[in-house]
Amino acid sequence: MNIHEYQAKELLKGYGVAVLEGHVAWTPDEAALAAAKLPGPVYVVKSQIHAGGRGAGRFADDPNGKGGVRIVKSVEDVRAAAEAMLGHTLVTQQTGAAGKRVNRVYVEAGCDIARELYLSLLVDRATARVTIMASTEGGMEIEEVAHNHPEKIMRVAIDPAAGLWPFDCRKLAYGLGLQGKQIASFSKFVTAMYDAFMKLDCGIVEINPLVVTGAGDVVALDAKISFDDNALYRHPDIEKLRDESEEDPKELEAAKHMLNYVALDGQIGCMVNGAGLAMATMDIIKLYGSSPANFLDVGGGATKERVTAAFKIILSDPNVEGILVNIFGGIMRCDVIAEGVVAAAREVSLSVPLVVRLEGTNVALGKEIMAKSGLPIISADNLADAAEKVVKAVKDAH
Amino acid sequence: MAVLVDANTTVICQGFTGAQGTFHSEQAIAYGTRMVGGVTPGKGGSIHLGLPVWDTVAQAVSATRVSASAIYVPPAFAADAILEAIESEIALIVCITEGIPVLDMVRVKRALSGSRSLLIGPNCPGVITPDACKIGIMPGHIHRRGKVGIVSRSGTLTYEAVAQTTAAGLGQSTCVGIGGDPVKGTDFIEVLEMFLADDETEAIIMIGEIGGQSEIDAAAFIASNRIKKPTVGFIAGATAPPGRRMGHAGAVISGGNDTAAAKFEAMRLAGVHVAESPAALGSTMLKALRG
Repeated sequence: MNIHEYQAKELLKGYGVAVLEGHVAWTPDEAALAAAKLPGPVYVVKSQIHAGGRGAGRFADDPNGKGGVRIVKSVEDVRAAAEAMLGHTLVTQQTGAAGKRVNRVYVEAGCDIARELYLSLLVDRATARVTIMASTEGGMEIEEVAHNHPEKIMRVAIDPAAGLWPFDCRKLAYGLGLQGKQIASFSKFVTAMYDAFMKLDCGIVEINPLVVTGAGDVVALDAKISFDDNALYRHPDIEKLRDESEEDPKELEAAKHMLNYVALDGQIGCMVNGAGLAMATMDIIKLYGSSPANFLDVGGGATKERVTAAFKIILSDPNVEGILVNIFGGIMRCDVIAEGVVAAAREVSLSVPLVVRLEGTNVALGKEIMAKSGLPIISADNLADAAEKVVKAVKDAH
Repeated sequence: MAVLVDANTTVICQGFTGAQGTFHSEQAIAYGTRMVGGVTPGKGGSIHLGLPVWDTVAQAVSATRVSASAIYVPPAFAADAILEAIESEIALIVCITEGIPVLDMVRVKRALSGSRSLLIGPNCPGVITPDACKIGIMPGHIHRRGKVGIVSRSGTLTYEAVAQTTAAGLGQSTCVGIGGDPVKGTDFIEVLEMFLADDETEAIIMIGEIGGQSEIDAAAFIASNRIKKPTVGFIAGATAPPGRRMGHAGAVISGGNDTAAAKFEAMRLAGVHVAESPAALGSTMLKALRG
């Protein structure tokens, strides 16, 4: 789960991470009031959306105008900037062409920037440890830095038994070329960030840029947090920060039914058990010359109701011209899937070709349920057969 | 002789009396697995499925010989169960549970290092040596004892490889689902090492996914290893769009090698026979065996 920059900063501040003073605003008037509470004379108005590249991004209705992050010098200009952002759609490199509507802005105090650095914490699969990454190349896409100057990224893996110690921080601080009081400020910053990471069950915390001020303080200029979804049950307060307007409505509906759904842009809707098989099903549809409309993993414990819900979600996508159900039952029983498919096909009065491939636990019973239903379900014997049949059925329907 | 488990493997189940533990223990017993009891805190002293229930793993270990534990407890309690099994020096721990917090697994992984235990999973179908021992949720009837060792990150895609090798008349020596979580007990290389050293395993299928770089490491291991066996590989997720993560730090740490294309290429360079389609695992293996 992702949250907005202002929410991330508020959470991190609670753990002692240095951030600038700022306030969130939902209207231009609120933005002006927020600015009035800040010392001035420089203010930064920042669009709050769940995507990076906001500064370089442009608004859809003003493609030649200014970006999604603006530095201004008066309370009136804060209001004007907020007015240009709120309710408008911001398109950045990460949002895709459709962009994202800005519903809130963050008004923050300006800052005297001496250096821009990069800092992030994440769980590294390879070492199975929380790893701190730091770079002198702040404010740039870290992927670009990794590609062009891999030597400019430092990594320090933290032993979970020992935890983070001052030497870990010093190693990074000297590597970043910090001096004097900057080192203590940086160490305090990293220690607080590690504390927040562990206590909040984060997946990634990224501070880009991390700023060294003229006075030698180390401060987060931007902050992104992504939480470990598996651990959200331990953090009901964080769950409340979820912004549903940032999420695909079909994906939200799927999550309510404990389905793992990702919308894609192809023609063939897929319903599969298991993430690996679901991806492989998408791959084979492509191999047979069509493309998948979605990724959908019904999981191991699906009920008839869940299968019905999955069907409705697939069909709510207007691009779907055919459906492929591919189930290899281990925990998942084929008869349960078959009952759900039959019930759903009746309920939505299915108008596109449906190919079903069942294998594994209770497969005979599952096939019998579908055969007896009287519905025009095309049965397939294996994965290749299923992909071939659904692609052909969609072509024939044209 | 297969790997990890055989007819002599004695197994307990943690989470024995729960719905999942009960169902899959019944299935395991029916398959012929030597189940010797189970653990559910608070139910010690009772009998379940005709077998003894203990309150702790330590009690189980002092009462009988236990070579493996199958864990079916809910995600919030799974790390606790794994740590308890490690503490009792259970040689093989198989954790089926999906959805364990990743920082719990970071701590478990630390506890495993230097311990006497090997963990398979979590978030995996388990381990099976056909006609000898089944620990996990895979449908037993699709397996045939034979010559192909299968190692996979994905559960249901493992079944696909099993069904295809059975249909091709090759059968399986042992199938190991290592699980889809970013932090897991055992990775490809450790299982490949076992398969390469095992006489019964004449060929190997490895199935990976996008994300992480363990398939790249595994390919390098295969390329440099002295023992060679025909190996077929597949990576799921060639058509998956780039992840919608918030920072890019996750991709950076793997050096950008975590796409299906990069992994297929690494396998090809290592001499692995790449299956272009997930439906071609069996046929690609037949070709590989013909040389």
